[in-house]
Amino acid sequence: MPTPVPALDIHNLSKSFDRPAVDGLDLTVRAGEFYGLLGPNGAGKTTLLRMVAGLLQPDSGSISIFGIDTARDAIAAKRVVAWVSDEPMVYDRLTPLEYLQFVAGLWEVPAGEAEATARELLDWLGLMPHADERCGGFSKGMLQKVALAGALVHNPRLIILDEPLTGLDAGAARQVKNVLLEKVREGVTVIMTTHILEVAERMAERIGVIAKGRLIAEGTLDELRGRTRHDQGSLEDIFLDLVAEHSAAA
Amino acid sequence: MSVQPASITWFASHEFSLFWRDFWGMMTAGRRRRGVVLAIVLVIAALLLHLLAHALVAPWLAQGVVTDKATFVLLTGGGLLFWSVMLSQALESVTRAYYARADLDLILSSPASARRLFAVRTLAIALSTMALAALLAAPLIDMLAIDGGPRWLAAYGVLAGFSALATAVGVFITLALFKLVGPKRTRLIAQIVAAIIGAGFIIGIQAVAILSYGTMNRFAVLQSSSVVAAAPDLSSPAWLPARAAMGNVPDLVLILLFGLGALAIAVVVSARSFSHYAIAAAGVGQARVRHRAARNFRPASPGQALRRKEWALLRRDPWLVSQTLMQVLYLLPPALLLWINFGRSAGAATVVVPVVVMAAGQLAGGLAWLALSGEDAHDLVVTAPVAAGKVLRAKIEAIAAVIALIVAPLLLLIGFLSPVAAGIAALGIFASTASATAIQMWFRAQARRSMFRRRQVSSRAATLSEAFASIMWAGTAAILTTGPAILAMFPAILALLVLLLAWSIRPRTSTAG
Repeated sequence: MPTPVPALDIHNLSKSFDRPAVDGLDLTVRAGEFYGLLGPNGAGKTTLLRMVAGLLQPDSGSISIFGIDTARDAIAAKRVVAWVSDEPMVYDRLTPLEYLQFVAGLWEVPAGEAEATARELLDWLGLMPHADERCGGFSKGMLQKVALAGALVHNPRLIILDEPLTGLDAGAARQVKNVLLEKVREGVTVIMTTHILEVAERMAERIGVIAKGRLIAEGTLDELRGRTRHDQGSLEDIFLDLVAEHSAAA
Repeated sequence: MSVQPASITWFASHEFSLFWRDFWGMMTAGRRRRGVVLAIVLVIAALLLHLLAHALVAPWLAQGVVTDKATFVLLTGGGLLFWSVMLSQALESVTRAYYARADLDLILSSPASARRLFAVRTLAIALSTMALAALLAAPLIDMLAIDGGPRWLAAYGVLAGFSALATAVGVFITLALFKLVGPKRTRLIAQIVAAIIGAGFIIGIQAVAILSYGTMNRFAVLQSSSVVAAAPDLSSPAWLPARAAMGNVPDLVLILLFGLGALAIAVVVSARSFSHYAIAAAGVGQARVRHRAARNFRPASPGQALRRKEWALLRRDPWLVSQTLMQVLYLLPPALLLWINFGRSAGAATVVVPVVVMAAGQLAGGLAWLALSGEDAHDLVVTAPVAAGKVLRAKIEAIAAVIALIVAPLLLLIGFLSPVAAGIAALGIFASTASATAIQMWFRAQARRSMFRRRQVSSRAATLSEAFASIMWAGTAAILTTGPAILAMFPAILALLVLLLAWSIRPRTSTAG
């Protein structure tokens, strides 16, 4: 049986600013899985994901999304990817529906199909009553939901989220998490960074830990437990242990 | 000696240290060597401006300055020009003191007195207003003092009195707007009023000059016998500022007392309500605007989606529309000149063509900044499956369409006067628009659209080269309209050199897109 193409395949990826932010990193994420990416502040998570999304040029190494080399065909790779950051990228003076129409235009989704998906998404995220209001007066949670709807309106195969739950209240966070889990059930791949370790513990099938630009551990929660002295410990215990161990070794 | 925390002196020293760090950082970008270069450039610029001022005032002083109505009209008219700029600046700064949230939330939530803070900020506005006016007027006043005697230094005192008055009027207008139209609309209306005041006097005086004398020389109207004849008698208090500027000490004291007194009253009156209105202004962001139910999604290519988005954002931002319309407002006097000369002579085109070319360049610079740098969803656009070149092209098309819409009627009017001049104007508009857009493209740096006001501060190189290029293209068009075409080569070559220089110093980034 042929090996399925991974959703994301990264080899020896490096990026330096004043110092190395990502340092010869290798990472493979399988299609259809929910992958949690953890790391202390400044570990290189955002730099890594911004390179995958095409927002930063790597210094060296390769990134392949569903078999598409991003250096060779960036446009084809972008077609199947959606990027959501902790700062919602929404226009104050457009309504959610207009914003989704704009995103659909950028991804060349046929108008009829885009409209049906947009209305379904807004309904799903509880934004339908605000569909014709300008985003300018929205709360952070509402803006994040609009940005998430924008990420989903073109039916991506890989969704990359950088701290999407930052600043959201419990209700909005629950809605976002439910939407993501539903998408994974539909076969979409999700890669998410978060500092809320309980979220990663409950949602992610596999977890990668990054420190100083390198992947220092990876696996399911049980596999990670096996690597530390915390047989029954929480992800927080495991994470802190792994990072401390790596710092000591360095 | 330590200063009592939260006292007026303490707030003043805090404000001054913030101002100084901002100013120094903006001027030197954190490099000490740049400070030295900047100082040399400023000294040379000051010398050149003083030479220019000498050329202006020396012939006037040589005729012998008589204390008559003609002199008073000239000085008062010139003073009003300066005061309109002062008032415009003060009104905008006062509004900003209520709406800028930088540290206001921290201070308003602390037990410190907001009254003291506002008093300090109002005084700071008066000082910065005076600094701006002094910067503009210093070469003239200094040369009047050097060539005509030290009595002219009293003009600095008049500037101080009138900057205090401008700040007081700015405070009262803002308070009145809060009461009349509420915090939601105060900022926008104040900004529009400030812009109109800033430009209105110049535009008005040009329009009067055109209607009465058929020229765009704004001082012609001040020197005309009919205006001088209609002016009040020599004993009128209207001439108090002019007499004070000429060194009359009692009049100067009266001006200072009047200005500073008005400022003191404004501070006392407004400080009481400052926290109330500042908190009301903070709630403005929460307001929601509802549109009629959206029409069905229209099919769109990425380029169409980008263009429609740019136009919708521009249309829905009343402040940006007002700023854009200000450029159009500057075009009104040349349009008026065209109108009164319609069918009579092609001479008016000589005056109008460079103004239109220059205005188009300035307009393009602002719009290009909004479309290229002021992209609020930068990450979204970069991660979309659209080639960077296509995105750029769509945004430039969006800008070009807006400019075409604005200048087309003027081109048509010029065309009726002289088809050749219309052709030259069209070429000039194309060149200045393309130059301004290219410069904004080379210097683009991701920013929020709300930073539009500060775009000129963020890249002085872009602002200066954009202005120089526009001026040079306007010069090229002017020479092509009137004189031997060969001479037009010089400003055109200078414009190209400015572009080359801008391109060579453009910032290089490693960020994709």
